[in-house]
Amino acid sequence: MLGLIGKKIGMTQVFDANGKLTPVTVIKIEDNVVVENRTVEKHGYSSCVLGSFDKKKSQTTKPYAGQFEGVCAPKKTLVEMRDFDKEAAVGEVMGVNMFKDVMFVDVVGTSKGKGFQGGMKRHGFAGGRATHGSKFHRDIGGTAMSSSPSKTFKGKKMAGRMGNERVTVQNLRVIRVDEEMQVLLVKGAIPGPAQSVVIVQKAKKK
Amino acid sequence: MDVIRAIESEQMKENAVNFHVGDTVKVHFTIKEGEKERIQVYEGLVIAIKNGGIRKTFIVRKISYGVGVERIFPVHSPRIEKIDVVRRGRVRRAKLYYIRTKIGKAAKIPELIIRKRPTV
Repeated sequence: MLGLIGKKIGMTQVFDANGKLTPVTVIKIEDNVVVENRTVEKHGYSSCVLGSFDKKKSQTTKPYAGQFEGVCAPKKTLVEMRDFDKEAAVGEVMGVNMFKDVMFVDVVGTSKGKGFQGGMKRHGFAGGRATHGSKFHRDIGGTAMSSSPSKTFKGKKMAGRMGNERVTVQNLRVIRVDEEMQVLLVKGAIPGPAQSVVIVQKAKKK
Repeated sequence: MDVIRAIESEQMKENAVNFHVGDTVKVHFTIKEGEKERIQVYEGLVIAIKNGGIRKTFIVRKISYGVGVERIFPVHSPRIEKIDVVRRGRVRRAKLYYIRTKIGKAAKIPELIIRKRPTV
């Protein structure tokens, strides 16, 4: 797996090579520092721990800062990448240019919280008709069978908290990589509000 | 937001809008047909300009074989070669959507005549 930590800046549109307006999401990828390399011999699996975004010294506790000792200044976000494809020594700095030869990426983020929502919005239930004497509008309908089994099965789709969960969007085309601005443009939308932390990975299925 | 503005301004044309609503314009638009590229000229009346940074567009209306045709062009599109103003129009509103319901003489826009101030 090849991935970096980034920040969603927002969406805009750019003209592509054919002069077509393309919707893009702007992802800022600041310098990612390799904080630790985990190995099969020592930890039982191999991974690479990346850190990004500077943290204020006044907001850093000593135990937290200890992880970064001798590597770099304490970072806000720490992400472990399993089976990192690239050889990276501790302290190595990686940036957007890692995605230069990459055509498609997957983006992992936390979706916007929607609060307590009904079955129609949360699971796409059809609901009932609005008029013609109908008294069944946005209800979820029956939730189980009859006297056998005489209960509602666990995990039945109902109303409840929606959003604010980890979401992956796969196979987003990389439109542009701007090293100067440390910015990556991908086609289409990615989960979460602006300024939220996202993980950009090389596409798994391409 | 500054990053987004910087990305948008890279592709934005300077002084792209050299016309007003009510003007009759000729839009020189490049069309790709397979390998070949050619320029098509679309002439008509500008009935609206919609702002929105790089998404700024304008609507050009013409009557083609008795049928009203409207095309929306992105102002900053790299496929627009140039825009010629054929005739300036005198209009009193920003959007000329009412023209869609008018036919013949009622759909005509008077020409804008700028009189020079008499020198004292």
